[in-house]
Amino acid sequence: MTIPLYEVLILASILFAMGLACVVAWRANVIMMLIGIEIMLNAVMLTFVGGSAHWGIAEGQVFSLMIMALTSAEVSLALAMVAYLHRRKQSVDTDDFSSMKG
Amino acid sequence: MFDLVWLIPLCPLIGSVINGLLGKKIKNETVIGGIAAGAVFCSFLVACGILFQLLSLPGEERVFQKTIFTWIQSGTLKADIGFLIDPLSATMLMIVTGIGFLIHLYSIGYMHGEEGFYRYFCYLNLFTFSMLCLVSGNNLLLMFIGWEGVGLCSYLLIGYYFHKKSAGDAGKKAFVMNRIGDFGFLLGVFTLFWYLGVNHNVWTINFVELAKSADLLVPGAVVTTVCLCFFLGATGKSAQIPLYTWLPDAMEGPTPVSALIHAATMVTAGVYMIARMNFIYIKSPTALLVIACVGAATALFAATIGTAQNDIKRVLAYSTVSQLGYMFLAMGVGAFGAGVFHLMTHAFFKACLFLGSGSVIHAMHHALHHEHSDADPQDMRNMGGLKSKMPITFLTFLFATIAIAGIPGFAGFFSKDEILWQAFANPHHGSANLALWGCGAVAAGLTAFYMFRLVFMTFFGQTRLSEKAFHHLHESPWVITVPLVCLAFLSVVGGWIGVPKILGDVLGGFPNYFEHYLEPVFAYSNAYVAQHAHGAHPSHAVEWGLMGTSVVIACAGIGLAAGLYLIAPSVPEKFVATFPVLHRAVYNKWYIDEIYDFVFVNPCKALGNFLWKGFDVVVVDGIVNGVAAVVRGFSGILRYVQTGFVHNYAFSMVIGVVVIVGVYLFR
Repeated sequence: MTIPLYEVLILASILFAMGLACVVAWRANVIMMLIGIEIMLNAVMLTFVGGSAHWGIAEGQVFSLMIMALTSAEVSLALAMVAYLHRRKQSVDTDDFSSMKG
Repeated sequence: MFDLVWLIPLCPLIGSVINGLLGKKIKNETVIGGIAAGAVFCSFLVACGILFQLLSLPGEERVFQKTIFTWIQSGTLKADIGFLIDPLSATMLMIVTGIGFLIHLYSIGYMHGEEGFYRYFCYLNLFTFSMLCLVSGNNLLLMFIGWEGVGLCSYLLIGYYFHKKSAGDAGKKAFVMNRIGDFGFLLGVFTLFWYLGVNHNVWTINFVELAKSADLLVPGAVVTTVCLCFFLGATGKSAQIPLYTWLPDAMEGPTPVSALIHAATMVTAGVYMIARMNFIYIKSPTALLVIACVGAATALFAATIGTAQNDIKRVLAYSTVSQLGYMFLAMGVGAFGAGVFHLMTHAFFKACLFLGSGSVIHAMHHALHHEHSDADPQDMRNMGGLKSKMPITFLTFLFATIAIAGIPGFAGFFSKDEILWQAFANPHHGSANLALWGCGAVAAGLTAFYMFRLVFMTFFGQTRLSEKAFHHLHESPWVITVPLVCLAFLSVVGGWIGVPKILGDVLGGFPNYFEHYLEPVFAYSNAYVAQHAHGAHPSHAVEWGLMGTSVVIACAGIGLAAGLYLIAPSVPEKFVATFPVLHRAVYNKWYIDEIYDFVFVNPCKALGNFLWKGFDVVVVDGIVNGVAAVVRGFSGILRYVQTGFVHNYAFSMVIGVVVIVGVYLFR
């Protein structure tokens, strides 16, 4: 049984919207924002994979692998920064870091 | 020897560079002064060699050009760094290097112990370099370089005591006045270059080539314009009406500077320039008349001011202006040779007079210093009776004074008499000749009067110094007196190389060497005059009569001075009391400075103030500040966009993405 492409896309859209909502709305914690970003990236990967299966072209899956590698790098950097921010202000609330205000 | 001409300007330049860069480290006055004077002496030796080689050639071959390299090559304009040797430039080279060397020597003694000793000699050498470029350059641009260079050095040296405000102001005044003249000079160069180029396809600024194409200059408005533009330059540099007022103020500089720059060399640059361009001037009777009138008026006008000044150097300054007027009178009546002759004799006796006055000031300064008196060492009212204390200075000064007064046998007589005779007998100005001669003759009388007034007030009579100060007066050291003696000797005998023909005939065919020697330079003009101008030729009796008259006038001036300042010293005071208005006007230099201030300086200042406060501050600054204020206002609003909250930025990114995607989808 093959899952039709539009169902995959609907699932990806729902995932993306959830991730986006997490990033925009959950300001109390930097880690939650990072998780939101990860979810959005997963939604994108899902789209790639779905497209790849639908048209029978391998590149989409290769791209997913590359995004995975990229994400892991990004997360390791981002978590290091979060640890640094926490050390400075004993907090991970994003609203505490607004000293760049114009 | 001719090939070495480039050494003449180069030596002082090297001296200037050495003293300018290393003088502060050298410190030793003898070494610094030795380098400077030695450099000029080297130039003098080369100049002597060139003069002798020139004299060994036949008259018509006495023109030599030495091009070092091409300086500017642009389209039709070509200017070389090149030198021109002919009798005129050789004469000027001799005067500048010879008198320049004596004055350098004198300066070593005079400037002893002054702060900035090396700076002084650096400037003085730089001046000598510029002046030598001016007189030996073979084209108008190189002459202009020298012309500007001497102006710059004049400014630097007048303002040598720059901590004194009056000295700084005098320097600026000289510079600004000279700039007005330089502007005219440049316009003259442009007009001449354009006129010959456009009309005759002769694109040149080289003197020799210009002289060759003299026939192409058709008398008319353009030639007159060229002449008058150049003459404007000459009035600035040579202190003629209307641009003469800077010269008396220039006495703020050290006295040897006054002798070198403001008496013997730089101020004669205008005369030299007109003599160099004689073939153009002879084509324009209008320009000649203007020059003659300005010269005669300056000679008379400055002489009247000289009669009432009490500052020893100011009297000499007005005397210089007056004597320069004579030279321009000579140029204006077409007597170029006589003008250059007077330039030379004047360089001798005026340099001697200035250096003599410097010797007096030097001694007075020390005497007054001993007494801790703050009386002015330059004021003749503080002097008197100096002849017993300073015999060498007195004698040399006296000889130079006799020379300038025009007593027969001394240098000034021959040159001045020749000018007066030419003013009377020239074929150019018709009925104006008598007036020109009259101005010159009266000025000669006044010259004799104020010069002997100076001598009597300074050296004769009872001293007006205190006994203690008088006791401390002493003769200057040899570095000062040797140049004085040399120059006094030249003032006495220097005139004999240019004995007028009428006198020479009486003396058994004594020839006029100088006129004969300069003849090739003025050959074209002389031929042109012989062809075109037909004036009356007054008889020998008239010439003898005029000569006698000028001698009588000179003697009358001396007699009057003796009467007023030796025999009856109370008369001048009575005279002043009787004619207070006249005396005040003359004493205050006919209020010319005040008139210039009112007519030119103050309106310019008002305009400058308006442009500053009205235009610059309001309009220019307003635009700049307005732009800044607008930017600041907008950014003040826009800064609220930068909240510093990460989620705001994230949200704005989302909106941005939505908008972009929306545009992409619904386009």
